[in-house]
Amino acid sequence: MVQEIPVVWLAASSCTGCSISLLNSASPSIKNLLVDEVIPGVHINLRFHQTVMAGSGEAAIQVLEDTAREKKGEYVLAVDGSIPRGDTAGYCVMGERGDKPVTLEDRLEELAKDALAILAVGTCASFGGIPAAEPNPSNAQPVRKLLEDKGIDKPLINIPGCPPHPDWIVGTIASILLNGLPKAEDLDDNLRPLAFYGKLIHENCPRRAYFDEGKFAKKPGDEGCLYELGCKGPITYADCSLRRWNDGTNWVIGAGSPCLGCTQPEFPNLPFYQKLVDVELPVIGAYWTGEKEDL
Amino acid sequence: MTRIEGHLKIETTVEDGVIKDARSTGNLFRGIELILRDRDPRDAQVITQRICGVCPQSHGVAAALNLDSAFGIGGQIPDNGRIIRNLIQGAHVAQDHILHFYHLAALDYVDVTDVAKYDGKDSELNSVKDFINRGELGPFMPRYEGDYRLPPEVNQMATAHYIQALEIRRIAHEMVSIFSGKIPHSVGIVPGGVTCTPTIDMITSYLWKLKKVRDFIDNVYIPDVLAVAGVYLDYTEIGAGCKNLLSYGQYDLEGGEPDVIKRKRMYIPGVTSADLKPGKLDVDKIAEYVTHSWYEDYPGARHPSKGETRPNQNKEGAYSWVKSPRYDGMVYEVGPLARLAVNYASGDPVVKELVDSALARLKAPPSALFSVMGRHLARALCAKLTADNLEKWVLEVKPGEPAYTEYEMPEESTGFGLTEAARGALGHWIEIKDYKIANYQCVVPTTWNASPRDENGNPGPIEQAIIGTKIKDKDNPFEIVRIVRSFDPCIACAIH
Repeated sequence: MVQEIPVVWLAASSCTGCSISLLNSASPSIKNLLVDEVIPGVHINLRFHQTVMAGSGEAAIQVLEDTAREKKGEYVLAVDGSIPRGDTAGYCVMGERGDKPVTLEDRLEELAKDALAILAVGTCASFGGIPAAEPNPSNAQPVRKLLEDKGIDKPLINIPGCPPHPDWIVGTIASILLNGLPKAEDLDDNLRPLAFYGKLIHENCPRRAYFDEGKFAKKPGDEGCLYELGCKGPITYADCSLRRWNDGTNWVIGAGSPCLGCTQPEFPNLPFYQKLVDVELPVIGAYWTGEKEDL
Repeated sequence: MTRIEGHLKIETTVEDGVIKDARSTGNLFRGIELILRDRDPRDAQVITQRICGVCPQSHGVAAALNLDSAFGIGGQIPDNGRIIRNLIQGAHVAQDHILHFYHLAALDYVDVTDVAKYDGKDSELNSVKDFINRGELGPFMPRYEGDYRLPPEVNQMATAHYIQALEIRRIAHEMVSIFSGKIPHSVGIVPGGVTCTPTIDMITSYLWKLKKVRDFIDNVYIPDVLAVAGVYLDYTEIGAGCKNLLSYGQYDLEGGEPDVIKRKRMYIPGVTSADLKPGKLDVDKIAEYVTHSWYEDYPGARHPSKGETRPNQNKEGAYSWVKSPRYDGMVYEVGPLARLAVNYASGDPVVKELVDSALARLKAPPSALFSVMGRHLARALCAKLTADNLEKWVLEVKPGEPAYTEYEMPEESTGFGLTEAARGALGHWIEIKDYKIANYQCVVPTTWNASPRDENGNPGPIEQAIIGTKIKDKDNPFEIVRIVRSFDPCIACAIH
């Protein structure tokens, strides 16, 4: 008997980039995730995902409402995008009840309170991200803030990244299926799984030796550490430098571009191509003898 | 509307089995143009990619062209930079077209449940059969029922291709990643060129991934579109819409020309209409109305260089967050059909041969291009044209040579960048003051296609394509969703 894990994926103020990134999962493939037993004996039953599902219109919205009712306490709720709140909640709407549009704020509250667990997929859902960037025209807020305001006490895991690496999403789900929900010590203060977000980009960067030697690139295409071009590697927790992207093809710094810091709560409010100021640089390398001020 | 990007509502009034009225509502406003204000202008290519996770590359290109123009370096991009931008964008667009046909549109025509009857040895299909037999069919059920016309063996083959297409589009994304770090939301394309210095292994890796993608486009994608169109031939006659088409052109073929409109491009800029006569594009004729959009009113329509975005969700008479761009005051459709038709109208021999032979296969006249199946076919042929050229371009890249030119950012300037996203004409406009962004405006493909009525009451292209359509079964209105999806709408893009 195969165990069916119902999953509902809700798109709030998002760009769908998180879903496209998940589509790029290499092993398991997206087909393995949707159709096969992703872990022997367990099948992810993706009931609602607006970009993937066959149904349209009211029939599609019905699935959302039926799952909340029939699978109370059993379904995993995944959310991408941040959520416009208060007076501007109407800036993000999905479906109607009677003739009244239903805001994402209301949908999320309804679905969150009966979920087994909630995955905030991407930096928008985790920390507010792009819609919440200054001056936050839609008063967009992360999932965590909404749950706190509404007094919903459900397990929440943040999987930030703009977008997150598919392995981070799949790995987090697989971990739940194999080992149950993460314990407090498995997550950092920002509710990110330490398995993927436990180290700074800077710690394992292949250009780290240049940093330690004080050799810095002055423009794209130069050899050297990208710190002076604005690299956020020294303050960004993620394993991109080891994991690389698109099935190991490349990664941001591999393409000669500074890390944008997209897994951090500060994203995107720090200017991307300006050198970090007033940052505590982690001095790990044995050969680093310079002073912070020298950089 | 599902199986599109984002939050779109389509409201129709049906009388005696015919759609009398239609309203297209974009339901998500983030205010990216307002977020861009006061930022470092160079941040625009990062932020605008986040307008859309489905087609970030095209926003990256539009932003880079926009900044090239504002920084006065549009004529100085090294050939490597120009070509690698094309390679990044081209691989992405090929990916996007495959994704649209198989993963967004196909479930309207292909009955996956026929795989339950499969008795062959293909392990992928057998795993789908096991999945069906287990009985939990999300996300493939529920769906509209009735008008599935393909025989079981064709449905089974198409399902196998659906799975294969997932793999192929993933490989196409790897091609993007080779030169631009990662995708979605890559980093390679910047004002001045691209950030990587190409090496020979990047070129060969790209080339051999491209071979797999081309093989799929030629031997699976195009034959599948023709097969579906042949069975749903009535869909070559519905969903025509406004029959005015506009393209900005795409893929710069030569460096040195600062003016984006004068550049030699693979897809040429232009306009055309039902008669398929060539027409010149005049960028000054583009203007956006907000009469029926949730923004503070302004008199008439605004050229995007003077555009503004001031949300007002309580505005009387408004019904969408999408603005209404018009060309010379008229409604225009953008997209692969427009790209193809503009080159076709200009007499481009490669495009003419490709289009005419595909139409001959369907025994359909050129007017059949203005239809649901016409758009699917145009998208597939655009994927082929792009992929065929990529093989030529990747061999023009010079390993080890610069792909980036330095510049000085001006204190004050204006600029614009025009390209084609997978979904059609994409323009970015910028005004820089005090080294910061003072105003940034984007007019995006689905802004054109999903636009609401303008000041003169003219419905937008999608609205026009739906109005007048006969609905066979109002509980399963396949016609509506098939017409809307043929435009490949992207609402995060349209509103931004």
